[in-house]
Amino acid sequence: MPDLAASSKRPPPWALRILVLTYLTIFLFAPLLALGVESFREGALSLWQGITEPESLLALRNSFLLAAIAVVLNVLFGIAAGLVIARQRFWGRALLDGLIEVPLALSPVMVGLAFILIFGRTGWLGPWLSQFGVRVIFSFPGLIIATLFVTVPFTAREVIHVLSEIGEEEEMAATTLGASRWQTFWHVTLPNMRGALSCGISLTAARALGEFGAVLIMGGAITGSTHTATTWIFTAVDERNNGAALGLSLVLGLCSVALLLLVEKLRARAHERR
Amino acid sequence: MGIVVEHLCKRFGDFVAVDDVSLRVERGQLAAMLGPSGGGKSTILRMIAGLEKADSGTVELGGARVDHMHTRDRQVGFVFQHYALFRHMTVEKNVGFGLSVRKVPEDEKRARVNEMLKLMNLTGFEKRYPDQLSGGQRQRVALARALAPRPRLLLLDEPFGAVDAKVREELGRWLRNLHDELDVTSIFVTHDQEEAFSLADKVMVIAKGRLEQSGQPVDILDQPATEFMARFVGDANVFDSVVRDGVALVGRVAVPVRGFEDGSAVRLVIRSYDLKFFKQEDGPAIVHRMLYLGDRVKVDASIEGAGPIFAQFPRRSSLLRGIEPGCRIGIEVTLARAFAKP
Repeated sequence: MPDLAASSKRPPPWALRILVLTYLTIFLFAPLLALGVESFREGALSLWQGITEPESLLALRNSFLLAAIAVVLNVLFGIAAGLVIARQRFWGRALLDGLIEVPLALSPVMVGLAFILIFGRTGWLGPWLSQFGVRVIFSFPGLIIATLFVTVPFTAREVIHVLSEIGEEEEMAATTLGASRWQTFWHVTLPNMRGALSCGISLTAARALGEFGAVLIMGGAITGSTHTATTWIFTAVDERNNGAALGLSLVLGLCSVALLLLVEKLRARAHERR
Repeated sequence: MGIVVEHLCKRFGDFVAVDDVSLRVERGQLAAMLGPSGGGKSTILRMIAGLEKADSGTVELGGARVDHMHTRDRQVGFVFQHYALFRHMTVEKNVGFGLSVRKVPEDEKRARVNEMLKLMNLTGFEKRYPDQLSGGQRQRVALARALAPRPRLLLLDEPFGAVDAKVREELGRWLRNLHDELDVTSIFVTHDQEEAFSLADKVMVIAKGRLEQSGQPVDILDQPATEFMARFVGDANVFDSVVRDGVALVGRVAVPVRGFEDGSAVRLVIRSYDLKFFKQEDGPAIVHRMLYLGDRVKVDASIEGAGPIFAQFPRRSSLLRGIEPGCRIGIEVTLARAFAKP
């Protein structure tokens, strides 16, 4: 019975479980709990006033608008990137595939600065754009660019992954059956992307709502103009405006949880239909 | 619709996948492309369908060149090795797809789909999704889908590669019957010799991108054109020897050889069923092992001075009388094929 002897020396299975739970408690459950408890102590009225004050509403409007724009553009880009990277053969394809993930690794603050070098008042394109009255930095277009940059990988990555995994045979089959390129895309490729797109949409929205560094640098967190939910929370904390800080945090937290649950559900469903 | 392929070539980078292949399948034939994996069979099939572009050479379907015709206009039914069913569509939608994209009227489409499902024994599965079907059922859906738009040509890539042996045999017989009922010309790709020889009217053996031999199954079996063919079909023993007086000696076993001058070096290919073993006290060979393979017995022996040889006999064959591991035997070669030694 050598197996039994060996297993008695191993740490019991619950040891690892406790380790994982402790880790999660410290870094996940505790802050969420604190947020919940403090919000409760702050009182519903104060939270409501914090959420509904004009600056908060503007910040929320900006954040949700940015998330919506990011979702729409990234869905279109994700489909295109999937078709190009997972279906076409060309030199540099692998490089492009890797580049799409770069925004995941880069610091958003650094990226924000890089964009200022391009679009800033003395940047490469800034002076030229200002001739037409277009201002990118410290205005809403800057927020859009910042958000798009940090969200670009999510949908594209999911779509590329799914298309590579599924392979081209279904599309070839559609072609032998007489389908045109468009019919093949519409009836075969796109439905196969559906799960990937839904996941990508949720992740993109969550990331867009949560972004801080890039939108802070490129938007400048200007009161009455370029605040997003996150930069406004930052400012509110600074100004000891607890109602707004906790209220918006709660709104963002609930949105994120809802989006993540949605992703899980969609993943599970996409997995079933394999 | 007959198929004529002339001088087809295809490279993938430095790898020559198809090397100057010409072949022909007559209208109404069921032909098999047989050969080892990676030999270029599937690539040829894909080029006939237009899924792969040939580097050079021509494909004629029904007497017309189709090299510049798009796959969707070739009216070819293609069955993929892993079925390639549309995973998000029901069986019904899968089978009707070729009719939908060609804008066939709804009632006509429904009638044809039902007809195909009935023909394929799939009635009752209309609303199922591919992942709710067994391998054999998926294969039949794939066939139904390919046949629904009434293709002139049916191409099947390893059609039974992904189902287990028993279902494989059943599907094979069933494909043969189906082919005979429909007015269609078919080519199927396989690496299974038994499948090719038992189902096809014509067998084309492809290896290393080249057409080794094509013809009726019995001709391929009995008249191998090359040493490769002699060794490829069935299980064969191979010996090198030199011809003297119309006989090549393998150890002390004399093998009659025709058509070679005295002194020429030959390579002998002897199939495992073209041999007789019999017990002989001072015989030239010794039996090592006897493997009981169901209805057959495989006998491993070695010829002194020449090396191992094996033969197969029916289980109850009188040729096995008295033969056991360790005994000495005599060997009679009933049929050997000799090729000039390369």
